[in-house]
Parts: sequence; C-alpha cells; structure tokens
Amino acid sequence: MKSLAELAAIRDKMKNKVALREESGETRIVVGMATCGIAAGARPVLSTFVEEVDKAGLNGSVAVTQTGCIGLCRYEPIVEVLRAGEEKVTYIKMTPEKALEVMEKHIKGGKPVVEYTIGNIEK
Amino acid sequence: MKELSLNILDIAQNSVKANASLIGISIDETDDVLSFKITDNGKGMTADFLSRVTDPFTTTRTTRKVGLGLPFLKMEAEMTGGSFSIKSKSETEYKEHGTEVFASFNKKSIDYIPLGDIIGTLCALVQGAENTDFIFNHKMPHGEVFLSTKEMRELLGDVPLGSPEVISWVREYLSEAYSAACAVD
Repeated sequence: MKSLAELAAIRDKMKNKVALREESGETRIVVGMATCGIAAGARPVLSTFVEEVDKAGLNGSVAVTQTGCIGLCRYEPIVEVLRAGEEKVTYIKMTPEKALEVMEKHIKGGKPVVEYTIGNIEK
Repeated sequence: MKELSLNILDIAQNSVKANASLIGISIDETDDVLSFKITDNGKGMTADFLSRVTDPFTTTRTTRKVGLGLPFLKMEAEMTGGSFSIKSKSETEYKEHGTEVFASFNKKSIDYIPLGDIIGTLCALVQGAENTDFIFNHKMPHGEVFLSTKEMRELLGDVPLGSPEVISWVREYLSEAYSAACAVD
C-alpha cells in the first residue's frame, strides 16, 4: 500500500540530485493546457511526457511545463520543444503515441520528428 | 468535453490562473447524483464579469474572443437535469476573495458524461502549479479518496511537487486509494 511516508524517501533519494537540477533547463517540453488543448486531448499527452521523462531518468535535464492558449486552437494538442541553442520546434495534433516517438527521436535522439511539426502542415 | 474530469481540470486551471494559493476540489457521489465543487482563494471576479461569465462571448483569452469552459460545463450539467452555479468575490471589493463553481449531474440521464480519468486530472494539476496547493476529496457510496498537497509538501521539503517522481507517486497512490474505496461494491 502506498503511503505518504514514501514521499520522505523520494526527498532523501533526490537530495543529491538537486544540484544537478539547478543547472538543468537544457530541454523544455511545453504542453498547451487551456480549454482548447484539454478538449482536444492534451491531458494524456502531458502525462505521457511526464511518465517517460521519469522512466528515462531525465528529470535533471528535461523539464515538462504547461502553458495556456497560444491562439492555434485548431492544431491542439500542441507541444513545443525548446532545446538550448536550437530553434523551437512546435508539434501539433499530438497524441500519446506521437509523444512517445518525439520522446525517443527528439528528446533522447536530438532529431525533431518533422512529420508532426507545424511547419510540415503550414507549407 | 468527453469526461467530466476534463471539465474539472479546465475549471481548476482558471483558479490557478487567478493566482489562487489553495484550490479545493470535492466530488460527492451517490448512486444517482454526482456533484462537484471547485473553490479557490484567487482574485475572484467582479459582479459585472460574473453575470456574463457563462456567455461564450465572455473570455479572459487574449488570443480569441470566445471562452467555452464555463458555458460547456453549465450545458453539460443542465442537459442531465442537474444544476450549475458560480459565486465569486473580487479582490477589488473583498478582503476574503475567491470563486466557487458547483455543478451537479443526474447519473441516470442519457446525457450524463462519465467522470473519466480523475487521477489524470489531479496529476496534471499538481504537475503544473508549483505555487498552488490542492485539497481533493471524492466521496463515493462505499468509500472516500483524499489527497492534500499541503501534507505532501511537508514531507517533500525542497523537492518540487511537480517532479516526475512525485507525480508517479500521486498516480499510484490515487489508483490504490480508488481500488480500496470501490472494492466494497
């Protein structure tokens, strides 16, 4: 049975990681979570990224954050990936399956999945 | 919205945006009725804005002139024969300010939308609002589920509430609590 006491264990385990976290921010995954994003299916996309970052042990270098409506509601769920020194990549009409692929190829592999980007549609 | 839990996520995000430091989400469920109340201590709304807030052409968005969150919820509740209400006190007029949104649904109605993945909603909220505390409780006919991020923070110390490790814990903790609360059925 899960208990609150386990949180103290998480704290102890992460003590030595805090230093690492502070110099993090190399990669940021931003998920649109306004009414439009939520209605289009952003919640499972967000949870996929959070879970996969945890599974891959990338907590120190990859931050998953949420944002409001950016005015492109017809393309929601929208995910932006920002990597230090690189141009921002905007993924549109995301699903948990696409999120897994972005995680593998872009976040871990460094190569954007061009197929799912807004540039690929708005040409 | 396909699930009521998505409405809850949407409405609670408004509370986060209203700079609430504490958001209460309580769901009360019997065999026939599901109701929920979302309360916050955020900046509130003026009486004038409040009177227009369920009109789709009222919105705080800056990107578009349409806001559908509250109108959707009101419609979904009323379609089942349930009710919707919203109360608010603006920080410009009251020292104790905040907003309360209430909706009830007749579960036997054909138009009733299921609650859906409420755990996913809570994980998304806790993950996204580092400076907000949530007190959640869900009363069901045979049990109750409770989560307070205030209690969690005391144990976590400096560890951010939104850390993926912590969110994984929230997901597992709530899954187990729901299994236990529903097992009596």
